[in-house]
Amino acid sequence: MNIENIKSQFPIFSKKINGKPLVYLDSSNSSQKPISVINRLGEFYKNEFSNIGRSIHSLSVNATNKFEETRMSVKDFINADSKDEIIFTKNATESINLVASTFGKQNIEKGDEILITELEHHSNYVPWHYLRESKGAVIKFAPIDDDGDIIISEFEKLITSKTKIVAVTHLSNVTGTIVPVKEIIDIAHKKKVPVLIDGCQSAPHIKIDVKDLDCDFYAISCHKVYGPTGVGVLYAKKEWLEKLPPYIGGGGMISEVDKDKISYAPLPEKYEAGTMPTAEIVAFNESIKFMKSIGIENLVNHERELTNYAIEKLKTINSVKIIGNPKNKAGVISFTIKGVHPHDIATILDEDGVAIRAGHHCCQILHQRLNLTATARASFGVYNTKEDIDILCKAILNCRKVFDLK
Amino acid sequence: MDLKELYQDIILEHGKSPRNFGKCIGHNHEAKGYNPLCGDQVHIYLKLNEKKNVDELTFEGSGCAISMASTSIMTELVKGKSLEVAKKIISDFLNMIKSGSIITTKDLDEDQKTKIMSLSGVKQYPMRVKCATLSWHTLVSALDDKKVEVNTEKVD
Repeated sequence: MNIENIKSQFPIFSKKINGKPLVYLDSSNSSQKPISVINRLGEFYKNEFSNIGRSIHSLSVNATNKFEETRMSVKDFINADSKDEIIFTKNATESINLVASTFGKQNIEKGDEILITELEHHSNYVPWHYLRESKGAVIKFAPIDDDGDIIISEFEKLITSKTKIVAVTHLSNVTGTIVPVKEIIDIAHKKKVPVLIDGCQSAPHIKIDVKDLDCDFYAISCHKVYGPTGVGVLYAKKEWLEKLPPYIGGGGMISEVDKDKISYAPLPEKYEAGTMPTAEIVAFNESIKFMKSIGIENLVNHERELTNYAIEKLKTINSVKIIGNPKNKAGVISFTIKGVHPHDIATILDEDGVAIRAGHHCCQILHQRLNLTATARASFGVYNTKEDIDILCKAILNCRKVFDLK
Repeated sequence: MDLKELYQDIILEHGKSPRNFGKCIGHNHEAKGYNPLCGDQVHIYLKLNEKKNVDELTFEGSGCAISMASTSIMTELVKGKSLEVAKKIISDFLNMIKSGSIITTKDLDEDQKTKIMSLSGVKQYPMRVKCATLSWHTLVSALDDKKVEVNTEKVD
C-alpha cells in the first residue's frame, strides 16, 4: 500500500499549522476527509440537489436513488441482511439515544438493569442514565483490569434475571482496547439479553460484520469514517426495528395520518423523520468507496504497524507513561508525561503542528477507575505515517525542554 | 506566538512549586471550582478578619501549569489586601486575560505587577483562558460566600 498516495488524497495535509506540516493525531475525535468526499458534497449541491422521498420530479428521483445507494453501501460494508436494518441518524450518539429511548420506553421498568462497562464513552452512558432518572433503571458497570481489558468473568456475573440490555463499546477511545464483543454477545444472548455495540471508534479501524457478531444494535458516526459530519448510522436487527416504537415524529416517518390516529411508515423511514442531511449521506458513499479502495485488511495492518512502532518509540522516552496495555489494541494511545499536564502537552505539541487531544476524552468513569484526571491522546488514521510518530516523539521531548525538566 | 511567552519562567516556577498550597488554619470563607473540560479542580480557603482584610489565602487542587501558576500568583497578590483592593485586582486580572487591558490598580508593587502580567500571554490561547481564570472566579465566589461550586462552563 502506498501511504503517500493516500495522504495526497487529503487536501488538509497541504496546509501548514503554526508554520509546520500538519501531523494529525486526533482521528479518534474525528477523521480528516479525502478529496472525493469533499468534491461529492459540492457536486451534489451544485448539480443534483433536491429533497428526497416524496417529490415526483427528476431531481428528487435521482437524489433519492443516490441517498438509497449509500444505504446499500453501508449495508454491504457492515454485512447486514437488509437495507431496512440501516437507519441514518445524526451520529453514533443519536443512534444510541434512539435505542435507549425506544427500547427503554417499551422494555424497561423500575429496578431493571442495564449493563455497560467502565470503558464507555459518555455517549454510551448518559442515554442510559436518562432511563435511570425516568424509569428507575439500575446501571451496572462491568469492571476492567489495569491493562484496560474488560474482565469477562465479572461481566458474566453481572448479567442477572433483571438485566434487560447490554451496551458496550467495540473499541475504547482512551486505551485503544479492542473489546471481544463477539464473546460478550454470546454470553448475553445465552441469557437472552440483547446487546448494543458502540462502534463509533471501531468502524474506521476494524472489519465490522454485524451478522457474524450477531449484535442486536450497532452505532456508527460517519465523520470518524472519513465521512461528513452530521451523519450517523444505527444498525438494528429488523425484528427490533419492527417491534420498537418510533423515535422522533414528523414528516417522512408516517404512513397514514388522521385526526384520531396515525400509522407509521415501514422500515427504514419509520425512524427517519424530517429532512435528513441528504448531501452528507450521499457523500458518505464516497467514504465507503475510499475505505474499500484501500482494503480494510491493508488499513488494519497499516494502523497496527503504526501503533506498534509508536508504542516502541514512546517506551524509549522515560518520562512517558502509556495508559493501558490491552491484549488487542488499535491505534489509540493515551499517555502522560511526568511533570507536564496533558493540557500543557497539547499546547506545546500544537506549536510543532502536532494535533492531539487532552482531557478525559468523554470518559470520566474510566479516568476515575485509572486514578487520572486527564490524559494526552494520540490517535491514528489511515493517512498517518511513521514519520508522524517520529515528529510526535520529538515534540514530546520538547515538552520536557519547555518545562526545563531533565 | 512563541511558547516562551506563554510558559514564562515565572509561570513554570510557580507551576512546579505553588505558593500557599494547603488548607489554612482558621479560614472563614471557602469555595470550590471545577473545569469540566479538563477536570481541573481548585478549592480556595480564605480568612477575612473583622476589618475585611484577607489575612490568609490558600488553595488545594490539581491542574495544568497555567492553572497552578495562576492560582499560586493570585494567592500571593491578594493575601494581605483589603476586600475592596482584592476585588480590584481580580477584576484587573480578568480584564487583562479577556480583553488584553492593562493593570490599573495602584495596590500592586512593580514585582507583583510583573507576576500578574506574566499570565497575559494566555489570552493568545483561547482554549487555555479558563485554565487561568478558574481560581480567580472561585476566589470571587469565596469572597461573596456563594456556596455553589464555580464551573468554568457557567461563568463568562
